[in-house]
Amino acid sequence: MTATVERPEVQPSQELGLRRVVGSALQPTLDELSRPGRATTKVPHPPADALDRIPSELRRAVPLGLPELNEPEVIRHFVNLSQLNYSVDTGFYPLGSCTMKYNPKINEWAARLPGFAALHPLTPDAAAQGTLELMWELEQWLAEISGMKAVTLQPAAGAHGELTGILMIRAYHMARGDHERTEVIVPDSSHGTNPATASMAGFKTVTVKSDSLGQIDVDALKAALSPRTAAVMLTNPSTLGLFETRIEKVLDAVHGAGALAYMDGANMNAVLGKFRPGAAGFDVMHFNTHKTFSTPHGGGGPGAGPVAVNAKLLPFLPWPRVLRDGDSFRLEISGERPTSIGRVRSYQGSTGVLVRAYAYMLAHGGEGLVQVSEDAVLAANYLRHRLADTFEMPFAQVSKHEFVASAARLKAETGVRMLDVAKRLIDKGFHPPTIYFPLTVEECMLVEPTETESVETLDAFADALIEVVREAHTDPELVKTAPHDSPVRRLDEATAARQPDLRWRPMTGAEPVCPQ
Amino acid sequence: MSSYGYGPNTASDRERMLSALGLDSIEGLFSDIPAAMRATGLDLPDGLDELSLARRLETLAARNQVGLASFLGAGAYRHHVPATVDQILSRGEFYTAYTPYQPEISQGTLQTIYEYQSLIAQLTGLDVVSASHYDGGAATAEAALMTVRQTKRERVLVSRAVHRHFVDTTRTYFEGGTLALEELPTTPEGTTDLAALEQALAEPDRPVAGVLMGQPNAFGILEPMAEAARLAHAAGALFVAVVEPVSLAVLAAPGDYDADIAVGEGQPLGISLQYGGPYLGLLAARSDLVRQVPGRLVGRTTDVDGRRAFVMTLRAREQDIRRDKAASNICTNQALCALASTVYIATLGPHGLRDVAAGGAAKAAEMEGALAAFGAPRVHSGPYLNEFAVRVPDARKVHAALLERGILAGLPLADWYPDDPDLADALLVCATEVTTSDEIARFASALREVAA
Repeated sequence: MTATVERPEVQPSQELGLRRVVGSALQPTLDELSRPGRATTKVPHPPADALDRIPSELRRAVPLGLPELNEPEVIRHFVNLSQLNYSVDTGFYPLGSCTMKYNPKINEWAARLPGFAALHPLTPDAAAQGTLELMWELEQWLAEISGMKAVTLQPAAGAHGELTGILMIRAYHMARGDHERTEVIVPDSSHGTNPATASMAGFKTVTVKSDSLGQIDVDALKAALSPRTAAVMLTNPSTLGLFETRIEKVLDAVHGAGALAYMDGANMNAVLGKFRPGAAGFDVMHFNTHKTFSTPHGGGGPGAGPVAVNAKLLPFLPWPRVLRDGDSFRLEISGERPTSIGRVRSYQGSTGVLVRAYAYMLAHGGEGLVQVSEDAVLAANYLRHRLADTFEMPFAQVSKHEFVASAARLKAETGVRMLDVAKRLIDKGFHPPTIYFPLTVEECMLVEPTETESVETLDAFADALIEVVREAHTDPELVKTAPHDSPVRRLDEATAARQPDLRWRPMTGAEPVCPQ
Repeated sequence: MSSYGYGPNTASDRERMLSALGLDSIEGLFSDIPAAMRATGLDLPDGLDELSLARRLETLAARNQVGLASFLGAGAYRHHVPATVDQILSRGEFYTAYTPYQPEISQGTLQTIYEYQSLIAQLTGLDVVSASHYDGGAATAEAALMTVRQTKRERVLVSRAVHRHFVDTTRTYFEGGTLALEELPTTPEGTTDLAALEQALAEPDRPVAGVLMGQPNAFGILEPMAEAARLAHAAGALFVAVVEPVSLAVLAAPGDYDADIAVGEGQPLGISLQYGGPYLGLLAARSDLVRQVPGRLVGRTTDVDGRRAFVMTLRAREQDIRRDKAASNICTNQALCALASTVYIATLGPHGLRDVAAGGAAKAAEMEGALAAFGAPRVHSGPYLNEFAVRVPDARKVHAALLERGILAGLPLADWYPDDPDLADALLVCATEVTTSDEIARFASALREVAA
């Protein structure tokens, strides 16, 4: 234990002013930069007759048209584009429901080790022991965290994990000869992926309302449950950042109706080592490694969505599973477990993402992961406290890792909406929180600070929001027309949707000849 | 513990925040979890410092054998990846950003997705390209579902020579509902049996929504795609081409042979093998199918000052808006993998990409000759680009014996077609521009030794 040293109060120099976190130079497209003949040679030129053995009707009739640039131009283009992005590496990104925590750099290094990165997915097990061991170990850790029996690492993202889980639930009911279960129940505060998943798996979605405390309405749920219910999908902590305190009653009701309980684990960052869904009675859940376990969001993926199941659903896990035989590891072979729902993707999983999650978990260990959740919850509640006089806080219950605040009063008083507040935050150097989600709270934002932000950052963000609300009262137009200090300002989204321009050449359906 | 992981908090930071909340312990923030359900920690290994962690990871990585002379492709291919790709992927501004929900400060990601859509449109000859899917298997399943939505028919035909995992994935996505997925047989040439296709399309009571064929197919053979598309269209079905993107630098584009949708595995476009992922699901479609396209799309527009800008568009197809009526449940895509492919294509350009494809074809022809000379002839007689099956008695045993000699002799096709006696002694082998003549010579001579 290190002694705490009293810190002198050092204020950042006033001259530094606001942090500008994105660049301002808009870039031409690759197509506009292209000049015929420009290139940097990267691979040997093959013999001129290399393709002569292929019938001409199977080959391209006209040469492929693509932009032509040399390497320095390529690099400058993409580096300049990168600087138009806000990112975790450049600033605070309190996007609720997304867990934008710091992405450790050792994880990036690890995933690029040639032993991991160059391994072909169909490599025989004997030559892939390192990755198989890593996957097996990661499955054990996720089983411990979830309180479940077994884990599949295959799903490529949270929504893909949901689909995997719901397909397993369908297989479970079918295997019992229970063919009447055609409905999946979701609360109105759920992620949009939950009802979309149910539809994709061929179920009808039944939505139940939340009560005024932001909790599942247990009576409404009981009324919705029936012999047709296959599953109930719950997010816990919920998308309102609240723990479902009546979860015991809820799970009893679900199981009493013969349905299974799916837990959307998007919000596990709040409860590591505090709540184990499997031990509590959930039957299946998914993790989002890009939320809880720090794998980078990548501008919208790739993620990974491992799914954990209890003993009931274990027979239905996708194949191939990773199995341990003594000191060695192997993949299941085709047909080894006929009860499996089958493959949900090509190959075994987004292993490059899983290496990063593994590194993150091992850097923390069990105690460190508990501390992650404690600090994430502490940060959210502290920030909520700082903003309690500025926005309405619709729910009295203690928050978990994120909280909902509403600008309904501000809108009534000034005409400034939460959208405007969010856009004005950009001028203050912050990425806005998630807005207008969940759909159940008027003029809301969902703020998730994560455990990797300092109290100074939280304070600066709270101060910025308080300032924006003050501006909304004194100069509402300033806020309504924000952002003013960003590479582009508000966009014409209506025209984008009405006259879609989804590629740089006219959309003709026929590719023009290479421009040379 | 005063510090752990990557958090900034000291004991006094925590105290300061707790006292602002009027709490004296963190427990006060977890009192909402019912006592009966409260967990008390995790039974996991102790946390490691960075040096110890690096050693553990290096130990695991070293247990994988990646220095083999590899002729294994089967949907995932070794290529030279220009150094530009990883330099750009390592920009924190790209990889630590999220979905561009705030376009004003996400123009970097948005413009690169627009560029990705444009490049893949040029490769495929189809106008609408989704911002990416999980992988080739998931993209294939999504395309099959698109044909069902568009035609309001429920029967999809897929060639048995489409990548096995793509077919298996599609089957899983079709599970349980009323949709039917039927496989089409192949001929001795290794191509899809078009007579069987015609017959299947002719069943009057069971109209077909879509026909899926691979180009090159799972045996590496080039299919008569134009003829198959014509047959599908004559029966009112959509035609889906399952393509390998590098090959499109030299082969006819799906748009050329009137495919309605093209899907494929984008991994060959600058993404490392990584034991199966993260990869890149490519999906391109004719422009009139745009509202059936699942996943994100980025479009060009202007801001209030008239500046050009990019934004996610046609969002009414998506799950966060439409919920149970959405085109798909997809939320996360593979943006960083799409960026890798964008930088890869931009770096190589049209001539470089052609050299990659033609270089693989040249090496494969060299390999065909060398293997035939050592007693391993091709299984199928149809034309191929850079991958083909060879007949080797006791294929599995030979494959294992070659592995001990440092040679990864492709894929025993019996792994994918266990019930097909004609493929019991077949190895699917591939060459790319990184394959060397020396590796080919070692492969051929080791094959003779092992067979002897």
